[in-house]
Amino acid sequence: MPKHNTLKSIQAAIQNGETNGVSLVDYYLSKIEETKELNVYVEVFAAEAKERAKVLDQKYKKDPTTVGRLYGMILSIKDVLCYEGHEVTAASKILEGFIAPYSATAIQRLLDEDVIIIGRVNCDQFAMGSTNENSNYGPTRNAADPTKVPGGSSGASAVSVQADTCLASLGSDTGGSVRQPASFCGIIGMKPTYGRISRYGLLAYASSFDQIGILSNSVEDAALLLEIMAGADEFDSTASQSPVKAYSKQLSFDKKVKIAYFDTALNHPNLDAGVKEETFTFISKLKEMGHTVEAVDFEYLDYIIPAYYVLTTAEASSNLSRFDGIRYGYRSPNATNFLETYTKSRTEGFSEEVKRRIMLGTFVLSSGYYDAYYTKAQKVRRLIAEKTKEIFSTYDFILMPTAPSTAWDIGTMSNDPVQMYLADIYTVQANMVGIPAIAIPLGKHENGMPIGVQLMADKWKEAELLSFAQKIS
Amino acid sequence: MNVDEALISKLEKLARLQLSEEEKTRITSDLSNILDMVAKMEELDTSKVEPLVYISEEVNVLREDVVQNQLDKATALKNAPEEDIDYFKVPKVIDL
Repeated sequence: MPKHNTLKSIQAAIQNGETNGVSLVDYYLSKIEETKELNVYVEVFAAEAKERAKVLDQKYKKDPTTVGRLYGMILSIKDVLCYEGHEVTAASKILEGFIAPYSATAIQRLLDEDVIIIGRVNCDQFAMGSTNENSNYGPTRNAADPTKVPGGSSGASAVSVQADTCLASLGSDTGGSVRQPASFCGIIGMKPTYGRISRYGLLAYASSFDQIGILSNSVEDAALLLEIMAGADEFDSTASQSPVKAYSKQLSFDKKVKIAYFDTALNHPNLDAGVKEETFTFISKLKEMGHTVEAVDFEYLDYIIPAYYVLTTAEASSNLSRFDGIRYGYRSPNATNFLETYTKSRTEGFSEEVKRRIMLGTFVLSSGYYDAYYTKAQKVRRLIAEKTKEIFSTYDFILMPTAPSTAWDIGTMSNDPVQMYLADIYTVQANMVGIPAIAIPLGKHENGMPIGVQLMADKWKEAELLSFAQKIS
Repeated sequence: MNVDEALISKLEKLARLQLSEEEKTRITSDLSNILDMVAKMEELDTSKVEPLVYISEEVNVLREDVVQNQLDKATALKNAPEEDIDYFKVPKVIDL
């Protein structure tokens, strides 16, 4: 079977009788088998996916108008999303064997449109990491070069699409966890506005930052999946009540736009020369197309990461307090009393990176340090939000590299957390402020690895962002 | 910010964690490096800035006060490390 990059092309092939749900599932299962050494899937739902495909094929054969809009869409999901009756572990020992008692709202809405979920993919433990090396299941490898990381934390989601083992994948994005791996793997990664997709059934990392995101080969598939998942949800009161646009039907774009970029970002000492050159080449191309692209001042770039790590670790330390070995998850066999059950279960269940972040979060929330760290970071968050809003009063989009370099060698980032945290410099702003952002591929670096570029828009401007991305990608 | 043994052991207690000696050594130096990085925030004058607490723009999203979306007892107990038909089983809490 030739590689399909869009659901539209798959559905056309089904219509022409060239393929059907069962053949698609068989094809992707064979690709999963072929790419096993990349360590992408932690569980493949082979029998179930085949059975579901058979049922859907029969439904389609009987009457093609009765199947859902996602008939033919084969999806992988990050190991942080609840799918009823299936294991979900956040790549952590502390949730080994945990079976989701319900489906995430986003997952349920896709199932209702006849998506087929082919498996659960690896990630950094509790979505904490930028390399997919911090996992109970071991590291996932980049399909473009298996000696490189795929990025993280939704690293395996990106590789699952890159290696053609499914058409699209769901990840989660707290500080770039969908966009950075998408760029490291040469695909599309989209994070919507905070609150556009319900977080019900998404295992929490930092609740005021987390959003479910989409990894795909095409902007049009990202638009369609977003359109179906988005919208109010009675199980998540932070999900927006505002109506959802038909993003997939609004993908034509004829306007000339105004785009801002930050001098401080593109002349940052940590930015790789090749990535910088490609980004400026892309800016020239946009100008040739008639768009306005201008440098603007943004004095807060180097304050984003410090504030982000204070706030997210604080929220994580609070969120992860639920893992106590009592009601679900791992319980240490070495505990002899109640208190030890908490302490030993958590100590044995969490990875060192998770413990590091819990310790930091506990510190910034502790009495005597709360104002100096936590409140201070919330104030910095407001400064960044207000400045970003001001930029959007003049400009339609902000353009940035997705990451300061291409994918790193496996093993090189694991020993220096600060260095790894600082590499999130370009992606975190969107989560700090709650705005939508999309990473699109920008060709290859001379080292052979993919490069991506990122566009951000003002809150709720997903339709504009997607249609512009479609136009230029 | 000086991260010493006393602080680490206080945080362990608050976070219900018990680090190994190697973890303690690494996390002590990591926390110290991370807090040095975080100290950059002090350069910004935020004396007149209100903290940004909520990113959601929704205000008072209410629903009818009816029981719904409940897991039945068997489903809720299914993921328990130890259970006793009707209850979660925990280690002894009070020593007599």
